[in-house]
Amino acid sequence: MSDTVSYRLRVNGHDHDVVEGWLGESLLHVLRERLGLPGSKSGCEQGECGSCSVLLDDTLVCSCLVLAAAAVGRDVRTVESLTSDDGLLSPVQRAFVDEGAVQCGFCTPGLVMAVHDLLDRCAHPSDLDVREAISGNLCRCTGYGRIFAAVRRAEEALSADCPDDRSVERSVQVRGREGQHG
Amino acid sequence: MADTNTLTLTRTRRAARLGESAPRPDGTPKVTGQFAFGNDLWAEGMLWGRTLRSPHAHARIRSIDIAPALKIAGVSAVLTAEDVPGRLEFGLEHHDQPALARDVVRYAGEPVALVAADHPETARRAVAAIAVDYEVLEPLIDPEQALDPDRAPVHPDGNIFRTINLRHGDTAVRGDVVVEGTYEVGMQDQAFMGPEAGLAIPAEDGGVDLYVSTQWLHIDRDQVAACLGLAPDKVRVTLAGVGGAFGAREDISLQIHLSLLALHTGRAVKMLYSREESFFGHVHRHPARMWYRHHASEDGRLVKVEARVLLDGGAYASSSPAVVANAVCFSTGPYRVPAAVVDGYAVRTNNPPCGAMRGFGAVQTCFGHESQMDKLAAALGIDPVELRLRNALATGDELITGQVITGAAPVAEVIRRCAEAPLPDAPTELPLMERPGGAGRTADQGDVRRGVGFAASFKNLMFSEGFDDYSTARVRIEHGVVTVHSACAEVGQGFVTLAQQIAREVLGLDNVALHAADTGVGSAGSTSASRQTWMSGGAVEQACQAVLKDVLADVARQYRLDRADLSLDDDRIVSADGGFSLPVVEAVAGRVYDQTCEYHHPPTVPLDANGQGNAHVSYAFAAHRAVVDVDAGLGLVRVVDVTTAQDVGRVLNPLQAVGQIEGGIAQGVGLAVMEEIVVEGGQIRNPSFTDYLIPTALDMPTVSIAALVEEPEPGAPFGAKGIGEPPTISSTAAVASAIRAATGLELPRVPVRPQDITFAER
Repeated sequence: MSDTVSYRLRVNGHDHDVVEGWLGESLLHVLRERLGLPGSKSGCEQGECGSCSVLLDDTLVCSCLVLAAAAVGRDVRTVESLTSDDGLLSPVQRAFVDEGAVQCGFCTPGLVMAVHDLLDRCAHPSDLDVREAISGNLCRCTGYGRIFAAVRRAEEALSADCPDDRSVERSVQVRGREGQHG
Repeated sequence: MADTNTLTLTRTRRAARLGESAPRPDGTPKVTGQFAFGNDLWAEGMLWGRTLRSPHAHARIRSIDIAPALKIAGVSAVLTAEDVPGRLEFGLEHHDQPALARDVVRYAGEPVALVAADHPETARRAVAAIAVDYEVLEPLIDPEQALDPDRAPVHPDGNIFRTINLRHGDTAVRGDVVVEGTYEVGMQDQAFMGPEAGLAIPAEDGGVDLYVSTQWLHIDRDQVAACLGLAPDKVRVTLAGVGGAFGAREDISLQIHLSLLALHTGRAVKMLYSREESFFGHVHRHPARMWYRHHASEDGRLVKVEARVLLDGGAYASSSPAVVANAVCFSTGPYRVPAAVVDGYAVRTNNPPCGAMRGFGAVQTCFGHESQMDKLAAALGIDPVELRLRNALATGDELITGQVITGAAPVAEVIRRCAEAPLPDAPTELPLMERPGGAGRTADQGDVRRGVGFAASFKNLMFSEGFDDYSTARVRIEHGVVTVHSACAEVGQGFVTLAQQIAREVLGLDNVALHAADTGVGSAGSTSASRQTWMSGGAVEQACQAVLKDVLADVARQYRLDRADLSLDDDRIVSADGGFSLPVVEAVAGRVYDQTCEYHHPPTVPLDANGQGNAHVSYAFAAHRAVVDVDAGLGLVRVVDVTTAQDVGRVLNPLQAVGQIEGGIAQGVGLAVMEEIVVEGGQIRNPSFTDYLIPTALDMPTVSIAALVEEPEPGAPFGAKGIGEPPTISSTAAVASAIRAATGLELPRVPVRPQDITFAER
C-alpha cells in the first residue's frame, strides 16, 4: 500500500512503534489492529456512538476521528489503562459491574472512559450533568438506567476514597468532545 | 422451597442463586475491554473481507468485470455468484435469497461480489474497482402494489410471502359504538452497537471454523453448509462476542461470505461491517399499514374487531411469514374479543428486507389496537384505563385464534398497577435542557403542554405454529467444577448469568463454568421470541437434574442408603429422616458426571385457513404509561416518564430483569419519537447514527417499574416467563397516546415526527 509512514505513539504510558502504517489509519484502528489494544470499540467510525472514547492529553475524544499519525507526541489513555497491574477494577468499572450497567458490553469501555472523565472533572455531578456527560455515548441495551446508577455508586466510592479532594460543587462545565458533533 | 427471606439470608455468603441479582460472569472482561467481540478477533496472516453491494433497488446484472480488482496488489480473491459451490440461496424459512446476486438485484445494498485483501483499505479499493454493468429496472416500492396479481413478480417465488384471513366468532355482529382508523408504523432498525463481524478459518478437513456474532449458531451452520456444499459437521460455528442483536442477527449477514472467502483463499478471513454497511447488511422491523374498525357495546365491552394489516417484507422472505402471523394473532391486544375479522399480508417489494426485531409483529399492531382503544374510550365517554380493564383477558379466556389461555394472564393487574402509580411532578418552570428540544431548539415554557397516555400489550413466548424450537444443554461435573455447555447465544441479555444461577440452584455447587457457545453441542434455538430463559434455562435445569440423579445414586450406593430417601437441601445431600447429611462438593469429589438433555416445549399447531388453532405456547403481558411534554408549535416532544407493570412469571435475577425492561422501553420510546429508516425509491437515506437517531442519555425518560407481577407460569422452568420483548411493545403506543393527549391531534403514525405535529390539520 502507498502512503505509509512509521511513527511512535505514547499509549498508557508506554511507547509503541508503528511501522509503515497507512497514513489514513485512525487512532482507533491503530490501537485495535496494530498495538493489540482492542478495548476501544468500533461502533460507527463517525464519532456518533462514543464506543471508541479515549483520553488524548486528558481530553475525551472519539479515537475513530483522530488520525493515528496526528497523535504523535500526545498522551493517549485507553480503557486498558484503568485496571491496575494486578487486575483490580477501577471504582467506575466496579460500579458498572455491580449495578448491572453492562449488557452486551460493546458501549461499556467508552462509557467507562466518559464517566471517569466526568468524575475527574466533577466529583458530584447533578443528574443532568451525568446525562449530558454521557450523551455522546450510545447504548442500545440498557436504556441508561443502570448506567446512571453506576455513576452514583462510583461517585460514592471515589468520595469515600478521598473525601477532601472532592469538592461539593454540583455543576460542571461540559466540554465539547473534540471532533464530535451532535 | 424456603420462603424468599430465608433464602436470601442463608445464601448471602455464597454465589448467587435463583431470585438474586447474580453478577454477570462476563462483566469484568466487558468493563476492562478484554471481552472479544466479533470485530476483536484476529488470526495470524488473516485477510480482510469486503462486500460489493448493489446501488440499485432493482436491476438486471448484465456483466461483472472483476479483472480490475484482481490486478490490485494485495488482493487475494474476488468472488461472485459463480463461485458459490453449493446452493446459491439461503433463508430462515424459505431459501429465496442469493448469497451473491446472480442475474438480478432486488434491493439497494444486495451483495453482488466479495473481496479478500491484505488490508481493509486495499479491500475497499478493490471493491470500488469491480465493474458491474446494470440494467436498471423499475423498483416495486409500494407494498399495496405487491398485492396486485397483475403486477410482475420481483422474484420467481412471487410477491406475497403470506396471507392470513383470520375469522373468529360471529363475524356479522355489529357493536353499538364503532370507531375506525388507519395507522402506519415506520421501518425501525435494531441499531445494535457492535456492527456485524466475524472470522472464518479454513480447516484441514476441508471444512471451516467460523467465529461470528449471531443469535442462532445452528441455523447459521446449516445455511453456510448448504451454500458451501459441505456436510453440516464440516462447518463449526463458535459464538464471537455479540454487541447486541434485537432480532437483526437471526438472519445470515456475512457468515456465508466469510466462509466462501476463507475456503477460496485457504487463509483466515476477517470481515466487519461499517455502521453504514450494517444498515444494509441486516433485516429491519417491518413497516406497517393498518386499518382497524372496533365494535363495542354501550357499556364498553368489545364486540368485534375488524382489521387489515399490511407488512412490507422487502426483497426476501426472512421471517416475514412468522411476523405476519404474530401481527395478526395479537392484532386486537390483551382483550376479550368475541368476534374478529383480521386480514394480514406480508409482501415482497424492492425495499430493504425486513424480519425479526424485538416484539416481532406485535409492536406494529399494538400501535393500531391501542390507538383504537383510546378512540373507543373517547367515543364511549369511558376512561381509557377503565375501558381496558373492562375488556382485560384472563386465564381461561379465548383468543381470536380460538386458543384458550391456560397459563398466567394477570392482564387486569398489570393495567391497574401501572395506572395506579403516582404521576411525576409537573414543574411550572423546567430547566432549558429538560424542555422539548433540549439545548438545541429550546421550547418556551409557555408553549409546553404535558400529556399522559396509556397502553397495554401481549405477545407469545417461544416459536409458534408447530415449530419445535428445542434447546440442548450438556452439564458436566469434574474436579468439583460444573461446566454448562449450551449453544444459546448470549447477546447481552444475561443468559450466561442465569445458566450459572440455575446450575447452582439445582446442584448445590457454587463453582459453575460456562463452555463457549458453539455447535459442538446440540442446538439451543434462537435467542429471540423471549425464549431462552424458558427453553435453554429449561435445558440447563433438566441436564442438571439428570446429573443430580446420578450423584444421588452414587451417594446411595456408597453409603448404603435408599436413593429415594435422598434429596438436595441447599448445598447438602440429606436423607429424609435427617440422619444423613453430606455437602454436594464432597459427594462429587473425584468423580465425573456428564449429561446432555434436550428440552422441548409443548407442541403447537399451525394456524388453519381461518387463522384458528393452538398456535402458541405461552404469553407475556405488559402495560405502559407515558408522560410527555410537547411544544406543538415547534413539533418537539420530550418523553418525561414511562411507567410500567409487567407479567414476568417469576423474577430469576432482579437486576437483569430491570435492565431488560429499561432497555426495551428505550427502544419503544425510540420508535415513538425518533427512529425511522427513511426509504425513498428503495434507497435508505439515513444509514448512519448521524441521521438514524436512537435515544441518548438525554433523550431517555425516567423509567419507573410499578410492578413485576409474579404469577408463576405453569409448565415454565421455575415459573419464569421471558421478559425481553414486552417492554418494547406497548411503550411506543403509550408515548404516542401521550402526545395525542398533549396536542389533541390524531397522530396516526409512528414515529411522530416534528412535521406530523407542526403541520397537522387542526
